Amino acid sequence: MGILNLLRRNTFERGIHPQQHKELTCSLPIRRLPFAPTLIVPLSQHAGAPAIPLVKPGQEVVRGEPVARANGFVSAPLHAPATGRVESIQLMTSARGPKTESIIIHVYQGSSQEVLYSVPRNIDTMTPEEIIQAVQDAGMVGLGGAAFPTHVKMKPPPEHKVDTLVVNGCECEPYLTCDHRLMLEQTDDLLSGIRIVMRALGVERTMIGIEDNKMDAVDAIARQLAANSPISVHAVQTKYPQGAEKMLIESLLGRRVPSGSFPSAVGVSVFNVSTLAQIGALLPMGQGVIERVVTVTGPGVQHPGNYLVPVGTPLRFLLEFAGSAPQQAHELILGGPMMGMSVASLDVPVTKAVSGLVLLEASDADLREVKVQPCIRCAYCVEACPMHLNPSTLGLLAAKGDYERMAKQFHLDDCFECGCCSYVCPSNIPLVQYFRIAKTINREKAA
Amino acid sequence: MDTKLKIELRTSPHLKQTVTVEQIMRNVVYALLPVCAFAVYAFGISVLALLTVTTLTCVLGEYLFCRLSDKPNTVNDWSIVITGLLLGLTLPPGFPLWMAAVAAVVAVGLGKALFGGLGYNVMNPALVGRAFVQAAFPVAITTWTPAFLNGRFTEFIPSTLTAPFMQPPALGDWIEQAQVDAFSGATPLALKKFEQISTPVGDLFTGMTAGSAGETSALIILAGGLYLAARRMMDWRIPVGVLLGAALTSLPFWLADSVRYPDPLFVLLSGGLMLGAVFMASDMVASPVTPRGVWIYSLFIGVLTVIIRLFGGLTEGVMYAILLGNAISPLIASVTQPRVFGAAGKEPRA
Repeated sequence: MGILNLLRRNTFERGIHPQQHKELTCSLPIRRLPFAPTLIVPLSQHAGAPAIPLVKPGQEVVRGEPVARANGFVSAPLHAPATGRVESIQLMTSARGPKTESIIIHVYQGSSQEVLYSVPRNIDTMTPEEIIQAVQDAGMVGLGGAAFPTHVKMKPPPEHKVDTLVVNGCECEPYLTCDHRLMLEQTDDLLSGIRIVMRALGVERTMIGIEDNKMDAVDAIARQLAANSPISVHAVQTKYPQGAEKMLIESLLGRRVPSGSFPSAVGVSVFNVSTLAQIGALLPMGQGVIERVVTVTGPGVQHPGNYLVPVGTPLRFLLEFAGSAPQQAHELILGGPMMGMSVASLDVPVTKAVSGLVLLEASDADLREVKVQPCIRCAYCVEACPMHLNPSTLGLLAAKGDYERMAKQFHLDDCFECGCCSYVCPSNIPLVQYFRIAKTINREKAA
Repeated sequence: MDTKLKIELRTSPHLKQTVTVEQIMRNVVYALLPVCAFAVYAFGISVLALLTVTTLTCVLGEYLFCRLSDKPNTVNDWSIVITGLLLGLTLPPGFPLWMAAVAAVVAVGLGKALFGGLGYNVMNPALVGRAFVQAAFPVAITTWTPAFLNGRFTEFIPSTLTAPFMQPPALGDWIEQAQVDAFSGATPLALKKFEQISTPVGDLFTGMTAGSAGETSALIILAGGLYLAARRMMDWRIPVGVLLGAALTSLPFWLADSVRYPDPLFVLLSGGLMLGAVFMASDMVASPVTPRGVWIYSLFIGVLTVIIRLFGGLTEGVMYAILLGNAISPLIASVTQPRVFGAAGKEPRA
């Protein structure tokens, strides 16, 4: 196997190569966005129980002050993104559609960007338990898009011995460059975040995986590492979905996470670079997550770029700042174009997990407006599926409504909706959407 | 600034690669055009008429079947053009046009429309049509004429213009009269099987032999296959598997008795194997979707072709081998489902 290992490129099997479109923003430094006059802070920005408000309407809050506490272990608190007055706590439209309870903050004009609320502390003297608690107190969630509370991932099940921290700097979604810029501009925060998490997890080794279309980021990080550092940085092949944690673990370590398991089953914990950079920056100061870098881009945006956006900023404000061509029909995507969500309203806020705002123009959309044709069994989807499923057969079963067989015989539940199958399908069959429906119906039946 | 946007809602993924079914099918047609051109060059206006009749009948048939079944017209997905061209290419050059039309109606009706159209057919429609006329008109479909006859661009082969529902005339005298050069009307396979005469490999490769209209030049067929494989519009494993299966099966027989049995190279280049391997076995709809299944399917076709050729009553076995391969491809797919990522028992790499 020795020679094979030498030849082996750091990658996984299958996957696709969509056009990157990253050149629109990848060389633009992160810019700070001014405060919107009103911020909308949803109580549920993470997987798990919504936070419980600590403030009342009319109350004044300072930037960085906790405004809601975690409701149990799988939950995260919230902090005021700006100094101002709580106007109300009410139902507001969310990106997903249903209205969710949100804290509305009226921002005082001219209020400072300085974070006024902080409790500096020495991380080096803290125990792993204290660090994990501090991570929860900071309201840290997976900033790569999953929004899973970070501290939960720092406590793997006791039967799993985690030996490696994998840092996800792939950013395999087309258009997005926020992680790329962050690795270049906040390398120190990233590395100190890695060291904090390594201590909390008790791991000896960290591997940073970055797609090889970002060699400048690889070099920037490598320059900061000593020769004998337990942290190593690796270029992995630019291929979608390299940033899916199971794919990245295979690319870096050659370990395959068993079907239905979490990465800790193979001794790995995966953290996104933006999560770690925030941990590195915020934990020593005792501050919470109140802003994040968002890539605003796409053919419909006049001033694309990477913006440091306060949590709760309405998309309308962000888009006005970046400028859009209003006469066109657009598709507005939160996150990347492969897995992101199309939103219907400009009044939804940026939440902790929003990595990008991509504005596609109708001219792009027209390409996809072709009719759905029967499956011709070209097997493009089978060759593309990183989970080694058979989307072709799954799609035919979905069309028949045989959802049970999809799950029992064809491993539907291993699908993480990366979109490769729909992307390659020459018949334009909306495979991923079929699978979402099938999973939902199966879940409802099971409940 | 005004940010009144007209927003469209879609589900992810929001990007789409632009290869469509029409493009795939159209490219297969492009790859077939040189094969057609060579067929016309070698056999003359009879083949031109033959290809025109099969293609037009198929297209018309598809249109009518769509009308009759109240389905949207699917002629413009180009797949029916492939069926028409392939059908014509598999028929003998002097095949009566009315019989070719029958074959085309069967191909589009029984082979495709009956199952629900593109994507649902179990077998390659062109071969279904050909199998029907093989059974219905056993003499006409084994009546071969020499290639490169002098008058081929001005004069039809007499059997071509047989009136509908009439028997075609016997061609023996006509061939004797027309034959001014050394080409024989017998196909290389028949020569080998019944007379133990081998055709030079160079002639087989370039197409200087008798045979079905489009099967004679391996060179041009391979060029079309390479084009499609390079554009990822054909699974390269299928022709490779078919040819490999045929070569490996014929090898031991040839080693045991090189006079009676053909050598592997002859097997690959003679008859319809090349055309079948590149353009028919690789039919996406009728081949398995699973990567391992594709190998089993294609090797099966290759092996079966040689077995039929060596031990069957027919000189050629490609057609039935592919049809059988098509028939069992759902079964093959069901036993070769891909192993899901991280399935139990899978050894980690490295």
